[in-house]
Amino acid sequence: MFAELKFPGIEEMVQWPAAFGEGTPFAFNKVALISLIAMAVPVIWFLVAGGSAKKSLVPRGAQNLAETSIEFIEKQVIGQAIGPDGLPYLPLLISMFLFIFVGNLFGIIPTSHFGANARMANPVLLAVLTWFVFIGVGLKHNGLGYLKASLFPPGVPKALYLLVTPIEFISTFLVRPFSLAVRLFANSLAGHILLVTFSVLTATLWSLSPLVVAAPFSFFMLIAFTGFELLVAFLQAYIFTLLTAVYIGGALHPHH
Amino acid sequence: MSAIVNTANTVLAQLPDGATAADAKGISAASSAGFAYGLAAIGPGIGIGYLVGQAVQAMARQPESAGQVQTTMFLGIAFTEALALIGFVVFILLKFV
Repeated sequence: MFAELKFPGIEEMVQWPAAFGEGTPFAFNKVALISLIAMAVPVIWFLVAGGSAKKSLVPRGAQNLAETSIEFIEKQVIGQAIGPDGLPYLPLLISMFLFIFVGNLFGIIPTSHFGANARMANPVLLAVLTWFVFIGVGLKHNGLGYLKASLFPPGVPKALYLLVTPIEFISTFLVRPFSLAVRLFANSLAGHILLVTFSVLTATLWSLSPLVVAAPFSFFMLIAFTGFELLVAFLQAYIFTLLTAVYIGGALHPHH
Repeated sequence: MSAIVNTANTVLAQLPDGATAADAKGISAASSAGFAYGLAAIGPGIGIGYLVGQAVQAMARQPESAGQVQTTMFLGIAFTEALALIGFVVFILLKFV
């Protein structure tokens, strides 16, 4: 009567067979397809919005949405974290934000139900990109003074540099990209596992005749967590972009 | 805590013949995975609660600085939350790998 609750292993949850190129570095599976869509959707959307911007001055439809998202990044991310001289980094930040957000959205879209960032490859690539960008910005604008300012913060007694410099080195150049990547990856994977858990629970309860009365509660939790994942998808894209902006801002003005 | 430490020995004693120490290690790792995440969630839970509470208080006292407080709050949450997420990754590593 009580069929056992069978929970899928981690391989079943996150691995897909490749459509072609199995075993080679060019293997193309579901995650690669989602990443490709997450890249293509913002590009096509902005091309459409840019095309309509040339025709009419009053923004409508796709253009309106594009302008809203640009304004969001400009005011909420660059304005808060870098300042007016951060505007050259707007294209980078908005591409990053939209790629992460659209990739995360696939975690709750039915029939896809897997976020592009729930595999470690995408977050690592984005974090390494951020790492190169903020170090590059620091070296370009402040030369080697950037390394001096970040490794030897002013106002510290000379002897303490023995302790402070290794800590600053680890926290600035090693922990930053690591925590960026792990934050995005773990949030996406945790959301995916939560949804899998409640889906499996609902399906199992549905097949058990005495416990079927509990199935609607489990199903309600599944719906509630889907809404929660929508929030998380946006919040993680926002936080990743905001932290990138904060790191770029720190590299632009190392003495603040 | 001694329960966690001794799990490997007790599990090995209960396993059928032919089970190796590696099996016992895997089972005890899986059973301590829950502890790993549970312990990792305590600190960040308190931290985020305190952080958001203080941010709400700051926004209530000075509504005109709400935007800046909110951005700083999200930054703080991101840093605090990282610890819980590393705990979650440890859980995954213990449980599944």
